[in-house]
Amino acid sequence: MTLLELSGIKKSFGATHALTGVDLNVRRGEVHALVGENGAGKSTLMNILSGTLSPDAGKMRLLDREYRPAGPQDARRQGIAHIHQELSNCPHLSVAENILMGMEPSHSGWLDWPALNRRALDILRDFHHPAISPERRVADLPIAARQIVEICRALAQNASLILMDEPTSSLQQEDVRRLFACIRKLRDSGIAIIYISHFLEEIREIADSFTVLRDGASVMHGSLQETTDAQIITAMVGRPVETLFPERRPLRTGERVLEVRHLSAPPAVRDASFELYRGEVLGVAGLVGSGRTKMIRSLLGLLPAKTGEIIIGKELLPARAQSSKLKKLMAHGVGYLSEDRKGEGLALGLSVADNATITNLSSCSRWGWLNRRAQAEQTARWIQKLRIKVHSPGSPAAKLSGGNQQKVAIARLLHQGARIVLMDEPTRGVDIGSKAQIYEAIAEMAGAGCSIMIVSSYLPELFGVCDRIAVMVRGILSPARPVGEWTAETVMHTAIGSVASGAAEKEFQP
Amino acid sequence: MNTPAVATAPAIAGENQRSAFRRWVRALGPYLGLVLVIAVFAIMSGNPARYLSILNVRIVLTQTVIVALGAIGMTIIIISAGIDLSVGSVVALCGVVSAIALRSGWPPVAALVAGVSLGAFVGLVNGLAITRLSVVPFIATLGMLGVARGAAKWVADQQTVNIPPTWLNQLASTFPAHAWMLVAPGVWLTIVLAILAALMLRNTVFGRRVFALGSNEAAARACGIQTNRLKLWIYSLGGLFFGLAGVVQMSRLRQGDPTVAVGVELDVIAAVVIGGGSLNGGEGSILGSMIGALTMAFLRNGCQLMGWPNYIQEIIIGVIIVLAVAADRLRTARQASY
Repeated sequence: MTLLELSGIKKSFGATHALTGVDLNVRRGEVHALVGENGAGKSTLMNILSGTLSPDAGKMRLLDREYRPAGPQDARRQGIAHIHQELSNCPHLSVAENILMGMEPSHSGWLDWPALNRRALDILRDFHHPAISPERRVADLPIAARQIVEICRALAQNASLILMDEPTSSLQQEDVRRLFACIRKLRDSGIAIIYISHFLEEIREIADSFTVLRDGASVMHGSLQETTDAQIITAMVGRPVETLFPERRPLRTGERVLEVRHLSAPPAVRDASFELYRGEVLGVAGLVGSGRTKMIRSLLGLLPAKTGEIIIGKELLPARAQSSKLKKLMAHGVGYLSEDRKGEGLALGLSVADNATITNLSSCSRWGWLNRRAQAEQTARWIQKLRIKVHSPGSPAAKLSGGNQQKVAIARLLHQGARIVLMDEPTRGVDIGSKAQIYEAIAEMAGAGCSIMIVSSYLPELFGVCDRIAVMVRGILSPARPVGEWTAETVMHTAIGSVASGAAEKEFQP
Repeated sequence: MNTPAVATAPAIAGENQRSAFRRWVRALGPYLGLVLVIAVFAIMSGNPARYLSILNVRIVLTQTVIVALGAIGMTIIIISAGIDLSVGSVVALCGVVSAIALRSGWPPVAALVAGVSLGAFVGLVNGLAITRLSVVPFIATLGMLGVARGAAKWVADQQTVNIPPTWLNQLASTFPAHAWMLVAPGVWLTIVLAILAALMLRNTVFGRRVFALGSNEAAARACGIQTNRLKLWIYSLGGLFFGLAGVVQMSRLRQGDPTVAVGVELDVIAAVVIGGGSLNGGEGSILGSMIGALTMAFLRNGCQLMGWPNYIQEIIIGVIIVLAVAADRLRTARQASY
């Protein structure tokens, strides 16, 4: 039975045509995946469905009635709930207040606390999470429980359709499985879910049918069982993609450029030792929170390290030396790509040119005066080389899609002339087309003699581009081994470590 | 970012002892600050009996009223992640206007209502600038700081406005007209309003939405809360308290003075922050802010008792404000790392 039916939805913002014709059919009790590259119009479509935007043209029908929400509140009333990519709880308020926000039980303005907590508990119980107390402050809950609170908020309004925009982007593996259990439960009770994700594996696991958006139009839809990944990817990027990962021949120079011995930064990093060779790509796998990011940050001096030494070039640096370390490392050609692109990867308010050249402004300045034209020309070369989709070097970085922003960050590393590059989650939140280009850039850098360390939660990527892989387990880095000696299973097994995995398994089935 | 690698059911359900403890420390912090200030001055003055005499406590309480009333309004605004820098000017403007009303022969109640509702109106204008013109609260109210001060001087013709004696003058007198009242009626009024405001923040839909707005505005909006309309109410309500503070100010001086209360907003904000309010929104309590206001008043009074010159007071209070905000930053930083 069709729940939601969209036909010919169009939306423009000035000269930008965000949606040029979207058809979408969602049945009751199905998980419908919406896939497409960043900028394909998924977010615009979600905002239209949730009542934040109204379409310029097209028809929307919900349960065989015309659906034209006046605003987010109206959309909620008609049974459409939106769970955003970033968690959107109010951390200072209680679980119950979050679940029933905007619809608090009250008598002439006075909040009915007992009724509020009772109703929240009913919903949590219906959803088989009675262990979460309605009176607890959301700030004190772990991330996974916060997401349950958000799903319960959708349930509280009797949603018949829940929009989930990359709900797993901030979750770890086991929380993803919890979430999927929740989604299946919702589906079985007749609720439909529109599920947006960049991960085809994830979509295969959870979704029943799919629609592909490209350049603001729906270009393909169908059942996942009858479609291959290659077909979906082809529809997404508009051209056949043979391989996501570039062919590359490891250099195997044997020339050691960086050695780290017994680095520790308790409690997150307990013991990390590794060597990095010229022209090598070294991958670091591990669970979120296992200390991978903190290892890199303490190595660079962005977090205080306790013990350990760093040998770079012919110099030995004690890891504890904090203030001067980063400068020295950078002088040796170390570059860093943060996992937090928006927070510290890019200065979003500045232009693409400023961002790309900021670590090496001397290349386009004289006597301290910046030559804007030289800066723009140099940036234009990177734009062309990395195929960054941008109007001009002067455009603000904030206007770019996630994938293109990441390419700007990589352009900065290239412009800096970094010889040793530490990348943390280089393709997080990046669409498939941009991913392929980023992998290409990594392969090219390695081919030119750069040494690259990649921290990633996305295993296929580690297997696709790395020469060796090491696994971080609760602050301890395993020895790196050639990629051929690993399988996805052995990596996961190592990553989970000696945790009683049986007990953890039970947790996944609430 | 730093979530434990394996989340287990007890981790989801169980009380987080550490954060519960931390909340206790935070809740107690303001009281400790107040006790510390009182103890330090009681000892330093060499005459604790005088510093803590009924007379002196009475003086301090009366002196607290204006900052305390302002702090009630400011608490609501700060919890909503806003700020109002126009308090001092609004106090002066509303004091002058109610003085003019009294001088023109209005009954005291009408003059009081005029002052208070003018304050609410100024707050509404601040709210409109913030919501309709999308000016950040800091700038919008900074502008109002100038506008209201100028307006006060204008309507008062740059002079003080003398008022006939009425019961309104008794509002902030150190010795109340009726001995059974023990302290000035303004003190009782402040206590009653503080209790009402605390109940409102805790137990009304409006109050909880103020917290929601300050905690996560996007989430509040996504849940169908009309955040712009809410902000209008918040700034108007805040302005109402600033207007009342203005009337009390006039009552204390027994005249409307357009040049008084310069910089009062800093004392008021400091009171809220000392009391546990976070400038990032979502946190704060009326009780805490009242403790904060008392701390400031005991501090000033102690400095006077020590015979320290005014400029020393100003330096000490400036340092205290920075330290209180630094503590606020530390708290939120620790929370972010959790």
